[in-house]
Amino acid sequence: MPLKRSDFSLKIDRAAGKIMAVLAWLSGLIVVAIAAGLFIKSLPILKSQSLGTLLFSSSWFPLRGQFGFLPFIMGSLWVTGTAMLLAVPLCLLTAIYLAEYAPRLVREGVRPLIDLLAGIPSVVYGLWGILVVVPWVQQAAKWFNAATTGYCVLSAAIVLAVMIFPVIIHMTVEILRAVPWEYREASLSLGATHWQTTKKVVLRKAFPGILAAVVLGLARAFGETMAVLMVAGNVAHSPASVWDPAYPLPALIANNYGEMMSIPLYDSAMMLGCLILLGIVLVFNILAKLVLMKAQKALQ
Amino acid sequence: MDKRRLEEAVMKGLMAASTALILAVLLLILLTIFIRGAKAMSWSMITQTPQGGFYLGKEGGILNAIVGSFYLATGSTGLAFLLAVPVVLYLNVFCRRGCRTAAVIRFLLDVLWGVPSIVFGAFGFILMLTVGLKASLLGGIVTVALLVLPIMCRAMDEVVRMVPSELLESSYAVGATRFQTAVKVVLRQSSGGILTAVLIAFGRGIGDAASVLFTAGFSDQIPQSLMRPAATLPLAIFFQIGTPFPQVQERAYAAALILTAIVLAASLLSRRLSRRWSRHSIR
Amino acid sequence: MNQHHISVENLNVYYGDEHSLQDVSINLPDRQIIAVIGPSGCGKTTFLKSLNRMVELVEGVRVTGKVLVDGEDIYAPFAEVTHIRRKMGLLSQTPRPLPMSIYDNVAYGPRVHGLKNRRKLDEIVEFRLRQVGLWDEVKDRLSCPASQISIGQQQRLCLARGLAVEPEIILADEPTSALDPVSSRRIEECFLELKKDYTIVIVTHILRQARRLADYAAFFYCGQLVEHGPAAQMFETPTQQKTLEYIKGVIS
Repeated sequence: MPLKRSDFSLKIDRAAGKIMAVLAWLSGLIVVAIAAGLFIKSLPILKSQSLGTLLFSSSWFPLRGQFGFLPFIMGSLWVTGTAMLLAVPLCLLTAIYLAEYAPRLVREGVRPLIDLLAGIPSVVYGLWGILVVVPWVQQAAKWFNAATTGYCVLSAAIVLAVMIFPVIIHMTVEILRAVPWEYREASLSLGATHWQTTKKVVLRKAFPGILAAVVLGLARAFGETMAVLMVAGNVAHSPASVWDPAYPLPALIANNYGEMMSIPLYDSAMMLGCLILLGIVLVFNILAKLVLMKAQKALQ
Repeated sequence: MDKRRLEEAVMKGLMAASTALILAVLLLILLTIFIRGAKAMSWSMITQTPQGGFYLGKEGGILNAIVGSFYLATGSTGLAFLLAVPVVLYLNVFCRRGCRTAAVIRFLLDVLWGVPSIVFGAFGFILMLTVGLKASLLGGIVTVALLVLPIMCRAMDEVVRMVPSELLESSYAVGATRFQTAVKVVLRQSSGGILTAVLIAFGRGIGDAASVLFTAGFSDQIPQSLMRPAATLPLAIFFQIGTPFPQVQERAYAAALILTAIVLAASLLSRRLSRRWSRHSIR
Repeated sequence: MNQHHISVENLNVYYGDEHSLQDVSINLPDRQIIAVIGPSGCGKTTFLKSLNRMVELVEGVRVTGKVLVDGEDIYAPFAEVTHIRRKMGLLSQTPRPLPMSIYDNVAYGPRVHGLKNRRKLDEIVEFRLRQVGLWDEVKDRLSCPASQISIGQQQRLCLARGLAVEPEIILADEPTSALDPVSSRRIEECFLELKKDYTIVIVTHILRQARRLADYAAFFYCGQLVEHGPAAQMFETPTQQKTLEYIKGVIS
């Protein structure tokens, strides 16, 4: 009976809908599960000492049960901050060039190349850092009368900067190209030069979106592990200059998974480290997303 | 008047210079990896497992890591695919356009995308502790599957969203259910894009090191079962560059060359495919 | 010989392979309103934009021929494009206030040309806003974002912004098509007031608007300039069959 058959397929449809809904929510809630899992695992250490001590003490002696995360947080801030200082001006200049100035052929040729940069695995960046950046930084330090092994904040920052180029450039170009053409026309028709138009009209219009792109790049840099681990030097002490070694938070976690289970509270401290990292990165990401959603609405 | 033109020229020069600089860096990276890797490459490098321990032994190659990486990336891409297809179909066919649920799930997936891979590693590690699993191929596959899931969902979502609603409606009009429409019309219409998404996820999965550090472990052998630890190319680079022996470091260079080549090939192929397939689908 | 503000000689515009303006030659009379009419896609807008080299901003465009503004060929190899554009105010279809305050919108042009004196800027802003009849409506909120005023006011603001660089010519591309009837009338009144001092070229697809405003008219069809002449004459007794058909509404 045809009626029955369609009845059957309706049942399938309903069942499939339900299963798919469950799967969709499960996938969406993975991020919540991650946060919850890390939180539960870091409870032991949170119970044993105050969060203030953990975050702002710089004595890191796991065997004595002292877990001050400050050197690692400072390490992360130094490395990420320096990387942003290097990356942001270069990225903005390049993005503006590609979106506003470059002839179509150049734009269509260069953008995929920059996207290619995004696909390179982070260990490969780390390897490049060891082979090229570290020796180069060691040489450069001599001009500044600084002593360094080359495994330092600056090397890590250079590698990180290169890694976030594609993130920031890709998004900034998209945002600039979403600024309606008529704004440029209006400004140019008043006799403004191309650069005046870009600076005073296009960039102003695109500013929130560009900010979001930069923050996304920042979040990416903050959470990056392997490349940084390979070139930052990893000394548990807050750096005082870009020539000092740093021990960023992700590097700490990656480096100590081996002993994690053999020292009391150590595993819990590592998980807390992950939680702090996750918290910071998610705040950046969500902020950027919200700004971006607003910016896109404003552009339409 | 002149000042304006000077500013224009200076800025344009700076922009062109920074674009050139970034391209030069890209070139430098690729050249470094390919030249250094090519020197280290030999037949035994890709046909043998390391002899006498991957950290100390000076003989042998990186077959363990090549095979391990393929197992791991294929397994995790497959697992993520099984999850991503229903999720994306749900978001685009079962949810109405502009519905809240879909927006929330998309947002959560985007947030998941931003989670650093080391955190995925730690989470995978917690999961494995909970079920009593040791560092193994299976643990690595599950963790990397979670890592590539948001990437795959997002890439698929982008193509499936492009399926015109008229197409869905014409399928409903002949009495097809949403499920039938999803499987028979939507999947077929966006098959090219889905393949692209799979390739993108594969490239990401095979290159990630921080997430497999805790979960897949490392081994000199080619894994014989899902429960055994497996070597991977990224970790082969990471561990073997850290040894004091130049002969062992050669293996890291070779692994970097192979890994980069695989990732670039996946990326280029996905670009190609997305262009070719988009010609065949109805707009 | 009486020199014209704008005279166009053998102008051709190609978009890639498409020949969108074919051998157009016309002298535009000074201090009149010139209506450019024709069905959509006939090259009206391309013609307008080639008068201030805005057409070149599109990728893959090629222009041949001459456009003489005050006797100077703007397509000459060493012509200073920003200087040329300054002579011409452009009013687009939908008003595009720049992302800044009302005051800064009007002051934008003078500022990019290097004027910094605040008192002079104040004078310019007030004068231009009065000129378009907007001053009384916005004088209390000059520092508000320009996006907050109504769309009709925005279009008059854009006109004031264009006037602030002291152009000799106003180019308007269907300036009322996004506006309500009342706002449209305000713009039209502005034009009638302004033609004492300016040459105004207006592209429009509304024939009645062309009749109301124009002193001179040019009819384009399929990239060709079919007919041009004093408006009254062209609307009453067109010489070309195509023009007649368009005016009667046979082709649109």
